[in-house]
Amino acid sequence: METLDQLKARIEAAVPGVRVDIIPNESPSGQKSLLIDAEHAVAIARVLRDDPQLRFDYASNVTGVDWVDTVLKEKVKVKKVVDGVEKEVEETIEKKRAGYLESVYHLYSMELKHGPVVIRMRTGNRTDQVHLPSLTPIWRGCEFQEREIFDLYGIVFDGHPDLRRILMWDGFKDYPMRKDYVEPDDYEYEPTAHDKVLEKAKRHEGQGTPAN
Amino acid sequence: MIDESLKSELSKQGIFTLKLEELYNWGRKNSVWPLQFGLACCAIEMIATSMARYDLARFGAEVFRPSPRQADLMIVAGTVTKKMAPQVIRLYNQMPEPKYVIAMGACAISGGPFKQGYNVLKGIDRYIPVDVHIPGCPPRPEALLHAFMTLQKKIEQQSLTSEQRPRHLDVNAPSEFPVPRYGAHDLEPPNNPDVWQPPVATRTE
Repeated sequence: METLDQLKARIEAAVPGVRVDIIPNESPSGQKSLLIDAEHAVAIARVLRDDPQLRFDYASNVTGVDWVDTVLKEKVKVKKVVDGVEKEVEETIEKKRAGYLESVYHLYSMELKHGPVVIRMRTGNRTDQVHLPSLTPIWRGCEFQEREIFDLYGIVFDGHPDLRRILMWDGFKDYPMRKDYVEPDDYEYEPTAHDKVLEKAKRHEGQGTPAN
Repeated sequence: MIDESLKSELSKQGIFTLKLEELYNWGRKNSVWPLQFGLACCAIEMIATSMARYDLARFGAEVFRPSPRQADLMIVAGTVTKKMAPQVIRLYNQMPEPKYVIAMGACAISGGPFKQGYNVLKGIDRYIPVDVHIPGCPPRPEALLHAFMTLQKKIEQQSLTSEQRPRHLDVNAPSEFPVPRYGAHDLEPPNNPDVWQPPVATRTE
């Protein structure tokens, strides 16, 4: 199979005006992914599926990621004059990064027997710009998985044929897989409580009705 | 009351004497028909219990009914999600009296391994009265048989006329229980206080 750089070049040649970035992965798997821009996502997906060299005809998995607002710390070597002598000094730069939601697609080719290629899309933020294009028109199997992401993360997939909640009920207001989700306080006792659960259990200590 | 020695003597001659209550309860306890429904992996053990090796038919309970109108016993076999809970309670309400409930397995009695989950009901006894709880994940068929025998003992000991008479003979006792609504964050109400009260939570370090 082509490398991600070749794949990126092929997409850029096929879809004019497209923005594709390669996202590094520092974990042991080293599996890099392609970040594609939302406006051209459907066109890119069509290229990935229909190009005779690629033929990614199978989206095996679609999932979501919640990235909260965070401060990234980066160590940079800076040349500084200390006591009249030029030295290299390490400095930590803090960068604020606004949060966003992400949808991740794992693609394989059944026909050419290669894969996976991981593609990602990002929303503008976590509150009001949460729309992404649906890739269900390209890969039919994404339908339920995009519904699940809509249900648990709150990403709205434009162009989805039947976007409803799938695991929780209609009328449920929260997005349970988001990092800032607050679950209902609906149990009083936990035998092996620790950390957050212990805090929660402590609130109920000494309350309740005695057993008869 | 008939004299015990006379009763024993008569039974040797093939004449049985008993109270109507005993006959009534004997008939009831040996024809408890369960409602045919399962929610998760506990249902597999429930199916195994009904098959030849464990043979629930020995207790007169092999007739799993596909309709709540014909069922006497609800075996809540598995995880009750909050999305499923109103349907389970509605099924219970549709069963005619006398009716009984066995909560089978860790999930049905307390939420089990999913207790910390946002979408799982922490025990079906928060909404409907449960007669027998069985722990286990899942409980073995023997445990379900034991629960069933416990239920039979309970039915056998029910007095028909006293203050402790079963619910179906008490005109003031409820036969149906409120079905919770889907709320914005949780089921509303989160439990039925007439049926269930939170226990006292204590911690020993």
